[in-house]
Amino acid sequence: MHIMYFTERPYRHVSNDEIIKNGFFGLPNQQFDAQKGAQLLNEYLDEKTLAEELGFDGVMLNEHHDTAFCMGSVMNVEASILARITKRVKIILLGNPLPVVGNPLRLAEELSMIDMISGGRLVTGWVRGAGSEQFATNANPGYNRELFNEAHDLVVDAWTKPGPWRYEGKHFHYRFVDPWVLPLQKPHPPIWIPGLLSPETVIWCAQHRYPYVALATFLEPTVELWNIYRDAAAKEGYQVGPENFGYLQKVFVAETEEKAHEIAKWDMFGGAGIGYSLFGQPQWMFPPGYNSKEATRRVARQFSDPNAVQGSPFGGFAPSSEEKIAQSQIDVRAGAWTQPQIDVAATRKKIFDAFPQVERSMQVICGTPKSVIPKIRKVLEVLRPGIFGFWQNDGPISAADRVMNMRLIANEVMPATREIANELGLVSPFDVKPGSRPLPASGVPESVGSLAPLAS
Amino acid sequence: MAQESTAWHEQTVKVDGTELVVVKGGSGRPLLVLHEELGHPGWLKWHADIARRRTVLIPLHPGFGRTERAEWIMNMRDMAGLYARYLKESSLAPVDVIGFSLGGWIAAEMAAANPSQFRKMALVAPMGIKPPTGHILDFFQMMAPQQMVASVLDPANTAEYGDLYGGGPTPLQFENFEEARAQCARLAWQPFMHNPSLPHLLGVAAGLPTLIVWGKDDAVVPVSAAESYRDAIAGARVITYDKCGHRPEIERSAEFICELETFFG
Repeated sequence: MHIMYFTERPYRHVSNDEIIKNGFFGLPNQQFDAQKGAQLLNEYLDEKTLAEELGFDGVMLNEHHDTAFCMGSVMNVEASILARITKRVKIILLGNPLPVVGNPLRLAEELSMIDMISGGRLVTGWVRGAGSEQFATNANPGYNRELFNEAHDLVVDAWTKPGPWRYEGKHFHYRFVDPWVLPLQKPHPPIWIPGLLSPETVIWCAQHRYPYVALATFLEPTVELWNIYRDAAAKEGYQVGPENFGYLQKVFVAETEEKAHEIAKWDMFGGAGIGYSLFGQPQWMFPPGYNSKEATRRVARQFSDPNAVQGSPFGGFAPSSEEKIAQSQIDVRAGAWTQPQIDVAATRKKIFDAFPQVERSMQVICGTPKSVIPKIRKVLEVLRPGIFGFWQNDGPISAADRVMNMRLIANEVMPATREIANELGLVSPFDVKPGSRPLPASGVPESVGSLAPLAS
Repeated sequence: MAQESTAWHEQTVKVDGTELVVVKGGSGRPLLVLHEELGHPGWLKWHADIARRRTVLIPLHPGFGRTERAEWIMNMRDMAGLYARYLKESSLAPVDVIGFSLGGWIAAEMAAANPSQFRKMALVAPMGIKPPTGHILDFFQMMAPQQMVASVLDPANTAEYGDLYGGGPTPLQFENFEEARAQCARLAWQPFMHNPSLPHLLGVAAGLPTLIVWGKDDAVVPVSAAESYRDAIAGARVITYDKCGHRPEIERSAEFICELETFFG
């Protein structure tokens, strides 16, 4: 099993009242203090080197724009530094937002340089970019999927196809492709794809034999998506295994249950949608054309049908956003054009009240090292991932608590996790090449993941 | 009899590879209607009134819900080119045209490319030219319900608005709005809902009988752009309405119809 450390690297000196009122996207940057920001960015780089010292196999980075939620606006900059100051850990980029980068050829070169400087420790990954990112970079959301596909093909070609060559596509045009900085790893660095359970993306991953890393999604739909991957892989002629799947799990530990809960609850103000997403208001999360037709249909039902099932982390709308849009609709009926007002105290209470459910569904696992291990076992038994990310330290958690959390995980939880993974045969993509397992002779693929362990 | 004269139906016309769905009603000299950014709103009072004397033709823009998206259409010039071909192949040119907002922009692009396609042109709060004062409303940064509200000055007291959208959009309306908005993004995400070359190219349309209609309280396309259009098309006439937003056809329906009848004759 490959075990990695992840944090969103929040700008944590912003009041949660402001976050409740605005969401993370749309929070005015007048509240940003560059001195504090500079300190934080360096703290987060130090944490990555600590992760290496503590024995994590990889450090995962991601990227968001215009938000206090994640300070990694240009994660390739962080990755470049880590390439030089770390020695062993894999540098895992999940992922570069292909549709918003504008120049995929330059991206190919940046990543090649990181791979070379790191001595071939780069794992690359691609995302479409959150809805808000389309505004932050002025990328046309109507072409998001097309841009993703075309940029992906172009980057992989730039890494692997001998130059020079000419490229004239729909969205990108290069009269001379001949990059001299090429990846150290051949034919190119591993590619893993993170996601929030979009079937289109999962099928695309299966077709490309790229591991799919689910980002702290609910277990039940995640198993369903694993099966979609499995079936798509069978069409490609291979059997999936743990090497095809990764999972990012929120885990918070402390010496006592009480302390662990206290830290984990703050994550409700820093997480990307655990139970109560505050990431952004719906108009920024769902820009026109960003979603597929089916996803748009779901959005339409949620916004216009009062009886529709509302809200789920990552899969739907945050309650805070629902309230906002519901109020806006009332405003529509009243004919008034006003911004809905948010009751901060009531919303804060609602956020914290949601925590027990978040814990029950194992969206967040927290407790002492001893009490979290059986829960992690359960997740591993259900999903059987070959890649496991400990997602720690989001929200306004102090530097001391962040390090404490990391050390306890590394020293007490990670060894047990490795033992469980070995027992369950959870091999990583570094152990078994994804897509290399033959289908059973029957041609019927074996199952992957099972909800049965949840019943026990 | 009145009902018959205002009845409408849909027909499909093949233009290039696109199955263009056209709403057609009434009889008499054709009037081409180019609809706005949220799609064809339905058969409105003004459609019915005009259809008593005119054949009203409302092509449903590709990608806005009913007519399939054509992948090659990536900007407003492409859209204008498609309709130029539709006019030619249907032997409609020179035709009277009226365009609303985004549809006004398409009409203006067509006039800039070939003014002889039109006999007379009416533009109702057209996008396409960057307003000298204010900005075109960034409706991509809001959901469709807010965009709807912003489109009229007084939704509660605009009867047809209530008929169309009262109580908020239905799931199907919402879905159609999102389709339309997605296609708007593909066509005009950047520059946002305007073409910097349009005011220059429109000079060729000098002398084309042109009526520019605007609500003075338009929150979607600032009324300041009316002057830009008038400057661009020599001889164009501008009329503006007090206490009116972006949808004069439903906010000031009676005066609007009267004005159109006078203009188109």
